[in-house]
Amino acid sequence: MYGLTQLFSGLTTAALLFLVAAGLTMIFGGLRIINVAHGSFYMYGAFIVSSLVGTALTSSAHATALFWTALIVAPLVVAALGALTEYLVLRPLYGREHLLQLLATFALFYIFTGVSLLFWGGQYRSISIPPMLQGHLTVLGATLPVYNGFIMLIAVAVGLFMWWLLQRTPLGWRIRAAVEDPEMLAAMGTNVRGLFTGVFTLGTFLAGLAGAIVGPTQSVTTGLGAQILVSAFIVAVIGGLGSVAGAAIGAIIIGLSQAAGVLWAPQFESAFIYVAMILVLAIRPSGLLGVPEQ
Amino acid sequence: MLSLQDIHSFYGRSHILQGVSLEVEAGETVALLGRNGVGKTTTLRTIMGLTPARKGVIIFDQQDITRQATHRIARAGLALVPSGRRIFSNLTVRQNLLLAQSHSKSPIGEGWTIGRIYDTFPKLAKLDSRRAGFLSGGEQQMLKLGRALVANPRFLLLDELTEGLAPAIVGDLFMWLKQLQDEGLGMLICEQNALFALDLAQRAYILDKGQIRHQGTADKLRGSKEVMQYLGV
Ligand SMILES: Nc1ncnc2c1ncn2[C@@H]1O[C@H](COP(=O)(O)OP(=O)(O)OP(=O)(O)O)[C@@H](O)[C@H]1O
Ligand SMILES: [Mg+2]
Repeated sequence: MYGLTQLFSGLTTAALLFLVAAGLTMIFGGLRIINVAHGSFYMYGAFIVSSLVGTALTSSAHATALFWTALIVAPLVVAALGALTEYLVLRPLYGREHLLQLLATFALFYIFTGVSLLFWGGQYRSISIPPMLQGHLTVLGATLPVYNGFIMLIAVAVGLFMWWLLQRTPLGWRIRAAVEDPEMLAAMGTNVRGLFTGVFTLGTFLAGLAGAIVGPTQSVTTGLGAQILVSAFIVAVIGGLGSVAGAAIGAIIIGLSQAAGVLWAPQFESAFIYVAMILVLAIRPSGLLGVPEQ
Repeated sequence: MLSLQDIHSFYGRSHILQGVSLEVEAGETVALLGRNGVGKTTTLRTIMGLTPARKGVIIFDQQDITRQATHRIARAGLALVPSGRRIFSNLTVRQNLLLAQSHSKSPIGEGWTIGRIYDTFPKLAKLDSRRAGFLSGGEQQMLKLGRALVANPRFLLLDELTEGLAPAIVGDLFMWLKQLQDEGLGMLICEQNALFALDLAQRAYILDKGQIRHQGTADKLRGSKEVMQYLGV
C-alpha cells in the first residue's frame, strides 16, 4: 500500500501548496503584482511558531495549548506584516511597469530573508508535533500521519471559507469585481485601494498559516520560502492566475505529480512537477480556470 | 452643479484635454459632442478622477473634487455609465446592482431601488440571477444604466449609451432618459449620435482635439451648418 501512502503524502503537499498559492493568485488577480516575497511570509509563519513553541519535546498540556495559540498568533503577526508591506512598499507601485514591481518584491524577498537570519540565525530549527496530533492512522492498509490529516483538514476548511467568501458575500463579489475592472468598481464608490490592502493581508495570512502548520513536519530554515514559492507559483499558473478555485485544482495536480515522481522515478521527482505544468499549459495556455488576457 | 475650469489631462506624455471649461446646472442636461478621439471619454474619466486633471479645477456641488479619489467622487453623488462592455461579467445581474447600491445616496425624488430598476427594465428582472457576461449588448446597456441609478446619484455621466444598439432600443433609452430628466437628475451626455444627444439636451459643447470649439443651446447648434458639418450629421 505504498502507493496509497504516497497519495496521502501528495495530498498533504497539495494542501500546503493551496494555502500559499491561494494568496499568490488572489494578489495577482487583484493587484496585478507577482509577489516574489510571498514565500517569505510562509517562512515567517514557521519561524514564529518555532519561537513561540520552542523546540523542547514535551508532552504536557501546556505545550499543546502553546501550539494552538501559536497557530493563531503566527498568521496574525504575518498578516500584520503583510498589511504594512502592501501599504508602504506596493501601494506606490500600482500601475507602474511590471519590471519595477517585480524588482521591488524581489528586494523584499531578500530583505525578509536577511531579517530572518538576524532574528533566527542560519540554524535548522525543529518543532515537535503536539501530543494530541501525534501518531498514525491506518486507512485501507496505508499509513497516514495524524498531523498530515490535520493539515489537509485545515486546507479544506480554508478552501470552503474562500468559496463562501468569494461566491456568497458582498465583500467577495467586490474582490471578484476588482479583479475584472477595478476602475469601474471605484467609480461605483468602492475604496479599491483599501480592498487591495485587505486582499493582500488575507493572502499573507494564508501564507503565514501554511508556514505555521508546516513547521512540525520539516526542519524550519530560511530557505523554506524560496522552496515553496516556486511550486506555489507553478500551482497558481496552471490553475489560472487570479483564480482561487484554479489554485485548489492546480495544488492537487502538482501535489500528486510530485508523489507520482517519488513513487515511480524518485531521481526525477521534481521533473514531474514541470512536466505536469507543461502539459496543462500546452492544453490551456491561460491555466485551467484562467481568463485569457484581452 | 458641475463645473470644469481650464482642465488639462494627459495619458503619459500625450496632452489630451487642453483647457476644457464647461458648466452644467442642477437638473440640466448637457451634451458633449465631437468626432472620434477628441477627448469626450477622457473628460468623463477626468471628472471621475480616473485620469486626474494635471491642471484646472473641477467643482461638484460646491465641493472641489479635482484631486479626490474616485470612490469619494462617486460617493459625492456622481455616477458614470461607461462605454463598452464594462459590467462585471462574472457576477450576476443582481450582484452587479447590489455592489452599486451599497454606497447609495439619499435619493432625489422617489429614489431607486433594485425593485424599481426591475419595474423599469422588466427584461433585467428576468435575468436577475444570470451571469452578466451572458447578456446581450442592449441588456448590458440597461444593466449599466440600472447600476448607475441604484446608487441614487445626483448627477449622471453618460458615455456612448446608444453605441451598437438597435433603433428600437435607442428609442426606449430616449424615453427612459427623458423620465430621469423629469425627475430632476442632471446629466452630461457624450455621444457619437449627435442628434440623439441634442434632442435630450438643453445645451451642448462641441469638443475638438481637446478644446471646446463651440457651445450654445441645443437648438442653436442644431441649426448651425458649420457645427452639423463638423459632427458629420
Ligand atoms: N489609455 C490611453 N492611453 C493613451 N492615449 C489614450 C488612452 N485613451 C485614449 N487615448 C487617446 O486620447 C485621445 C482622446 O481619447 P478619448 O477616448 O477621450 O476620445 P473620445 O472623444 O471619447 O473618442 P470616441 O468617440 O472614439 O470614444 C485619443 O486620441 C486617444 O487615442
Ligand atoms: Mg469615447
